[in-house]
Amino acid sequence: MNIHIRNGRLIDPANQVDTQQDLFIVDGKVAAMGAAPAGFKAEREIDAAGLIVAPGLVDLSARLREPGFEHKATLESEMQAAMAGGITRLACPPDTDPVLDEPGLVEMLCFRAKKLNCAHVYPIGALTTKLEGKRITEMAELVEAGCVAFSQANTPVVDTQVLMRAMQYAATFGFRVWLQPQDPHLARNGVAHDGEVASRLGLTGIPVEAETIALETQLALARLTGVKLHITRVSSAAALECIERARASGVDVTCDVAAHHLHLTEMDIGYFNPQCYVIPPLRSQRDRAALRAALATGRINAVCSDHTPVDDDAKQAPFAESEAGMTGLELLLSLVLKWAQEDKLPLTDALARVTSNAAAIMGITKGGHLGVGARADVVIFDARAERIPTRESLRSQGKNTPFLGLPLPGTVRYTLVEGRVMFG
Amino acid sequence: MHNPQLGADGRLKHLITLDGLPKSVLTEILDTAAPFTEVAEREVKKVPLLRGKSVFNVFFENSTRTRTTFEIAAKRLSADVINLNVSTSSTSKGETLLDTVDNLCAMGADMFVMRHASSGAPYLLAQHLRATGRDHISVVNAGDGRHAHPTQGLLDMYTIRHYKQDFTRLTVAVVGDVLHSRVARSEIAALTTLGVPEVRVIGPKTLLPTDVERMGVRVFHDMEEGLKGVDVVMMLRLQNERMQGALLPSSQEYFKFYGLTQEKLALAAKDAIVLHPGPMNRGVEIDSAVADGEHAVILPQVTFGIAVRMAVMSMLAAGN
Repeated sequence: MNIHIRNGRLIDPANQVDTQQDLFIVDGKVAAMGAAPAGFKAEREIDAAGLIVAPGLVDLSARLREPGFEHKATLESEMQAAMAGGITRLACPPDTDPVLDEPGLVEMLCFRAKKLNCAHVYPIGALTTKLEGKRITEMAELVEAGCVAFSQANTPVVDTQVLMRAMQYAATFGFRVWLQPQDPHLARNGVAHDGEVASRLGLTGIPVEAETIALETQLALARLTGVKLHITRVSSAAALECIERARASGVDVTCDVAAHHLHLTEMDIGYFNPQCYVIPPLRSQRDRAALRAALATGRINAVCSDHTPVDDDAKQAPFAESEAGMTGLELLLSLVLKWAQEDKLPLTDALARVTSNAAAIMGITKGGHLGVGARADVVIFDARAERIPTRESLRSQGKNTPFLGLPLPGTVRYTLVEGRVMFG
Repeated sequence: MHNPQLGADGRLKHLITLDGLPKSVLTEILDTAAPFTEVAEREVKKVPLLRGKSVFNVFFENSTRTRTTFEIAAKRLSADVINLNVSTSSTSKGETLLDTVDNLCAMGADMFVMRHASSGAPYLLAQHLRATGRDHISVVNAGDGRHAHPTQGLLDMYTIRHYKQDFTRLTVAVVGDVLHSRVARSEIAALTTLGVPEVRVIGPKTLLPTDVERMGVRVFHDMEEGLKGVDVVMMLRLQNERMQGALLPSSQEYFKFYGLTQEKLALAAKDAIVLHPGPMNRGVEIDSAVADGEHAVILPQVTFGIAVRMAVMSMLAAGN
């Protein structure tokens, strides 16, 4: 279908475009910006006056809960959520049941996702079988099946020998390894940042050192093995310093932050609100300020939603017994806009963190930008229009977020995937 | 943030924690408890304040003493008391906390006295009751994880007031395993709210929570230093399982450095009182000579505990 998106403010961070320009889509690809290509005849026109036209968002961490946790969410429900959130490409962590450690499973997931014809799903393969941290997976075959990187989700590899070998093996093929740094011993039984709030509430704390100690190990092994390392969901100021030091000494490492960490702190736990139970934990105000600043300067490369739909039953339990995680696909754009508006950041820079930068971390060139010839994955949104997320308005099966009922900036009007209007 | 313990009129709806409760409410509870101490001395140890009400003691964690004193308190208020030891029944069959509670509501509960191993469990219950339109049912926290044990904190305050009258002239030391202690958290919250100018905590670093000084206390690792001149010594129970991990090397070493002996107590004020929430580990955190000595007010604590729990339950019944 030929689509003409007119009168919008076109922002394409990868190509440093931020102008009032029309966008022309032919056969699912970006055909032209500004003036219509020769012989173009629009079959559909979208009036984007007062709206922003940007590449569809790329989310580095979204749990779709399939296979194994269909009572928490399904591919169908979460794809709808992604479309409503303007997310057209997403990476899903391997902590499904069974774990994404076999090519067959990955192929099945890709096949199921493709059939739904919504967002592009990029599975992240398990770095070790069953995420047990003992045996490395068939990484090359997993990549052939569709994996874009390897991770341990939230289950650390305890044995550093195994971690080093896994990184070496991945480096052999140039595969990417994504790790969330958390020392399992220091974090044992922990459910909240080890600080004032956890102490007062009597919750077991996770000290910042649980993050930095694991991180230093990962960075040292990345230096040793030369693997392309991505640190996912950095949570503390101290961790940022570790990453900066490693970069200064020549380690090639990228990192991202979960959108909720830009806005919430340990204080938001309030009276044991299980919606604020996340891994890594919400940390102090100082940490939040450092994360926001590092994201602004690009020291943190990208923002992910860390989307984790959890059913009500699993959340309606005492804090430490509830299941960690927040639903996030439909909040990612709003939370990024809120951060950018509050910190007075150019929209182009803010959007880069959820489009081009994220695509670069995933190693994909097809999405995350709107250059001529690119896949026409487009989000059209009103950056100023306030929205108030409610249980009813969220399409994700997971309603688990402390942002329900809070006014947030940014309303998605249209989401296009390869030139098809999937939302709006 | 909405404090779920207080109703719109500022009256007590639930008693979940002492942290954040206004001084006026704490004082009101202590004042209300005073006349109830006399009920125990009557021939008929009963007042009709909770007649026709059903109090459910729901204990997801084992307890004898606390459950018994709550039971006595409710019975002296003429309530019907139902004791449920849930730790050995429903949950082991997989029932969730809220399912258990819903069933008990259907049986006509007016008040829940709940103990749970998980910090924050009573909040969950109070929020659930509110969300399901059963706001008239009160929740009394009989201890949740490491978070709070408000009636213990209150009975300790009652005991201190009984012997020392004025909180604003006291130096109080809380000694031992503060990290794992819900009692300590409730005591510290109450002491600071009631205007005690110096609250000290004494213990090895492994048994003190991170940033404990943010609770408004002075930290001592040397017990002899910490006990100097204190008017009140509040001992904490040290559970034997703490010796298993890396928290403490042995009970002998613990006793040597943090056990309350007469020699160490001699450093406190001459008329210092010693409290302990029980059950005591003699020879671990407290020496028998102190536990049975003239400074100890450990048994009066138990007696006052019943009056304080009567006060809390009668105020909740009146508030709802």
